[in-house]
Amino acid sequence: MVSSEVLIKAHNLTKKYGTFTAVDHIDFEVNKGECVGFLGPNGAGKTTTVRMIYCFLPLTEGQLFVAGMSVSKQSREIKSMVGVAPQEDNLDPDFTVTKNLLVYARYFDISNAEATKRATELLRFFQLEEKKDMSISQLSTGMKRRLITARALINDPKILLLDEPTTGLDPQGRHSVWDEIRSLRKQGVTIILTTHYMDEAAALCDRILIMDNGKIIETGAPQELIRKHAGEDVLEVAYDEDVLKTLKEELPDAHLEVFGDQIRVFTNQPHGVFELFVKKFPDKSMTIRNANLEDVFLKLTGRKLRE
Amino acid sequence: MTKSDDSQSGFKLPTLTYRVWKVWRRNFDVFMKTIHVNFLPSLLEPILYLVALGLGLGTFIAGGIEGFSYIQFIAPALIAISIMNGAFFECTYSSFVRMYFQKTFDAIIATPVSVEEVIAGELLWGATRATINSTIVLAVVAAFGLVSSPLFLLVPLLAFFGGLMFAAIGMCFTALAPNIDFFNYPAFLLITPMFLLSGTFFPLSSLPGPVQTAALAVLPLTHVVNLTRGLVLGRIEAFLLLSPEISLLLSIAWISVVTIIFFVLSINLMKKRLVK
Repeated sequence: MVSSEVLIKAHNLTKKYGTFTAVDHIDFEVNKGECVGFLGPNGAGKTTTVRMIYCFLPLTEGQLFVAGMSVSKQSREIKSMVGVAPQEDNLDPDFTVTKNLLVYARYFDISNAEATKRATELLRFFQLEEKKDMSISQLSTGMKRRLITARALINDPKILLLDEPTTGLDPQGRHSVWDEIRSLRKQGVTIILTTHYMDEAAALCDRILIMDNGKIIETGAPQELIRKHAGEDVLEVAYDEDVLKTLKEELPDAHLEVFGDQIRVFTNQPHGVFELFVKKFPDKSMTIRNANLEDVFLKLTGRKLRE
Repeated sequence: MTKSDDSQSGFKLPTLTYRVWKVWRRNFDVFMKTIHVNFLPSLLEPILYLVALGLGLGTFIAGGIEGFSYIQFIAPALIAISIMNGAFFECTYSSFVRMYFQKTFDAIIATPVSVEEVIAGELLWGATRATINSTIVLAVVAAFGLVSSPLFLLVPLLAFFGGLMFAAIGMCFTALAPNIDFFNYPAFLLITPMFLLSGTFFPLSSLPGPVQTAALAVLPLTHVVNLTRGLVLGRIEAFLLLSPEISLLLSIAWISVVTIIFFVLSINLMKKRLVK
């Protein structure tokens, strides 16, 4: 369902606050129908990038086009076709659940009849029907999150921006948001999400842009990135001089990352390479597991993703 | 080539569309939801003042003031004070809560409504609050039999524009407020002096010349009191050595100029605060 039509195009996109560079000359494109994830630790520049896409923040340098329109010049047109679910809860506490959607629809010039129809559909889709007359303060964090996402869809957007859609949710809440995002993807909505959970990015996104210190350091499909940077298996060993020495001798082409009291070993070789090695140290605790995006991040930056 | 055209920085006249009213309508909807809470204080406060100051204190002011009984003299001032308070407190404390704690402005700015329109909508709503509050006070004043000119019908119109002025002044403080306690400064250093020294409870002419001049020059309420008194009692205070007609025009011109300046200034200051 991903088309070759470019919906978002950033060139040299930069955001500076005084001497601090939040987003540092990045280039990226998002195609129609794609689900793209900005993955990175807090402060990497993900949210700043998303805020520039929906014209909330002016650019310092570079260009950013959404559906062929410049964010600096046609913000009104862009904002009318974009749905935004921000990171923080900015639901209107002065209104009920339904009224939140209706008042928001008004800002988009949606007629009252149409808004009521859409609100009913969205509340059903996000399983909030029973809460429709409740005030916002009565909702759980997960329900608020779902309502914010429902609100982002009230204008039937071509592009949906989800800024950390599951931060602060319990596992159940996370999975229900994931299901909804997958279902929207199937409907062909172009989705951009930011996250610092690699499993989330891997589970939802067609393509991932890994950000660190305001720069995009790598981009690709989740599995492709894992294979390229972390191989198939990763060996985790408690830090030990003997083991480290033997590792370097026996697996000269392996990539070692010492992180705290742990060594992670990456290799380009296929399954099974670590098994023989593990047998040599029966009394040491070692784990072989599938490589994941966190390994990719760790290898690229030498730091853990989750702070 | 690399420097993007940054149309959002720099001081300029706001570009406003009909969307301003959508922001106004949001606040109106909230107001209607809690109308009983909003209504009662506006009704009780003027009654208390009229009874305590007008009837109580007023008995000691035997000759009245310039041909009017004391209660008649202060009644229009109470209307003017409600215009000031209605708009000023709406666009300071209430706007700050919406902006800072509720993030309502951030939510609206993500829609086709612009920052400028959000603030303009807030200002028009502040003016509306002033109109509603002062109309309630006007009704109380009328019920006490203290209206003596048919011009009183123009009070809501004056309340809207006078309210817009106080709303815009308040919004400038909101744009600069680091936290909500900050509003104690304008409340005590600006609102209280105006409440007492704007020809509200005694004629401006009884103050020393320099204080009179200062009140005329810098206290917006002075001009609103002058006009409400004109509309309710059919009497305009002759400021300093000016004739009543010139004083009337001076007050209208003063309010108009200050409203325009602060309207544009407050939107620009808020934009500076919200668009980083």
